[in-house]
Amino acid sequence: MAGADARAAVETVWRIESARLIAALARLVRDVGLAEDLAQDALLAALESWPRTGVPDNPGAWLMATAKNRAIDLARRSQTYERKREEVAHELGVLMAMDGVDLAAAADDEIGDDLLALMFTCCHPSLSTEARVALTLRLLGGLTTAEIARAFFVGEPTVAQRLTRAKRTLREARADFEVPAGPALRARLPDVLEIVYLVFNEGYAASSGERWVRDELCQEALRLGRILAELAPAEPEAHGLIALLEIQASRLPARLGPDGEPVLLLDQRRTLWDPLLISRGLAALKRAEELPAPLGPYGLQAAIAACHARAPETEDTDWVRIAALYAALGALSPSPIVELNRAVAVGMAFGPETGLALLERIASDPTLRDYHLLPSVRADLLARLGRSAEAVAEFHRAASLTENESERRLLLRRATEATDR
Amino acid sequence: MRFMMFMYPEISEAEWNPSAEAVAEMSRYNEELRKAGMLLALDGLHPPAEGASVSFDADGVKAVVDGPFAEAKEVVGGYWLIQARSKDEAVEWAKRCPGRECRIEVRRVFEMEDFPEDVQAAAAEI
Repeated sequence: MAGADARAAVETVWRIESARLIAALARLVRDVGLAEDLAQDALLAALESWPRTGVPDNPGAWLMATAKNRAIDLARRSQTYERKREEVAHELGVLMAMDGVDLAAAADDEIGDDLLALMFTCCHPSLSTEARVALTLRLLGGLTTAEIARAFFVGEPTVAQRLTRAKRTLREARADFEVPAGPALRARLPDVLEIVYLVFNEGYAASSGERWVRDELCQEALRLGRILAELAPAEPEAHGLIALLEIQASRLPARLGPDGEPVLLLDQRRTLWDPLLISRGLAALKRAEELPAPLGPYGLQAAIAACHARAPETEDTDWVRIAALYAALGALSPSPIVELNRAVAVGMAFGPETGLALLERIASDPTLRDYHLLPSVRADLLARLGRSAEAVAEFHRAASLTENESERRLLLRRATEATDR
Repeated sequence: MRFMMFMYPEISEAEWNPSAEAVAEMSRYNEELRKAGMLLALDGLHPPAEGASVSFDADGVKAVVDGPFAEAKEVVGGYWLIQARSKDEAVEWAKRCPGRECRIEVRRVFEMEDFPEDVQAAAAEI
């Protein structure tokens, strides 16, 4: 096999196997940093030997066996040389005791549990959000440090440092490498879901960045979300999140105009929406709804997204249902942004007057003071009431508050349209 | 990127009835794809004997022929639609299929940005 081919083959296998490999090793050594080092050692060994021997029939098992042997070597050496990490001997003692066990043949359930435990560990409460994102993309997504750096517009050394520090924090916090049991699982699941959602939104934000990096992030979040729903099938929010992501992703082809300007949901050409992702999203939402526990914030947002997805044309939208879903969402996780969206839905369902009344209740909320969507929504409602002068003023105010150039142009255009009425 | 993996059985249609064991093995593979977050859709197809073929000549004149199709060298037995990060990754997954006497063709699905701009514009006008 030519060197370049073998290298590509190793990289491909690595992308597929690295998360499972690191997860299984972390279960044994109870340290994700060490687990990653061991997995990397196995990767280097593969790069050395596969060009000569060809890719083995079961490359995942090969990598696992090699990583395990490295671990045992390390344990033996650490008995003679100076210790670098105080826990190593104990952990690797466990590993050596496992020597006869065929790790690669671990049952599917175990692999799933290991992966889920790795997800929880990457999103451990002792870590900052940035660290959680970086660690998740690195260990579960198999992204390189360089790829993570490009996606988040930071330098490679920054990401490398973030990762090193995160692994050290986990070690110092003695983070248990396990899936939280019972109520603890439901309490900590939102941490994991939040990181997946954050990665998706980072990719979805149309404003900046290299196109393919953004797509890659969306796809990675979708992949993680799908895995999560398979691993935690009894959790409505796991299905709720993936339902939301699938439906939002279905709009990716429609959310930018010919000149790269963002197109608002209600103005999107619905024929461009991806029907496969919509049906996947609706199916995931159904799974969430069929569970005994009520829908959580992600499930409710998915249900709202589903109302849009089900409407063949904008004017077919079930605004009454959307308004009710926003009310439920606001009751569950109160936020002025949710109220703002509810005002839009109420305005569509029951007329601009009602929407405006709701808007006044949140108008003085300090978190919305410089938020351009507040005057923008108000302008829209005022325009529909024929109060043109007020509408124009609000559109101008919204335009002055947004930092996004194309959004600003859109708002100013709407101000002109309102004047002409 | 999305890839379609077409399965072409290399056995006669009469032998298209897989054993329970083979089905179980294939189900495990499908489950593995699903658990890896790769699988978007999959289906197995009835043999062509139960299908039909609609062909068009240069003038667009149509001819409908019921299956089986004597002239066809290969017929599709089923497909997987997967989300993968590269062709290499899709091929690696295809290699993991517990197939016997068959061929899997891996094909990338066209996305809008793969088309030239005038084609994209034409599609956007519908």
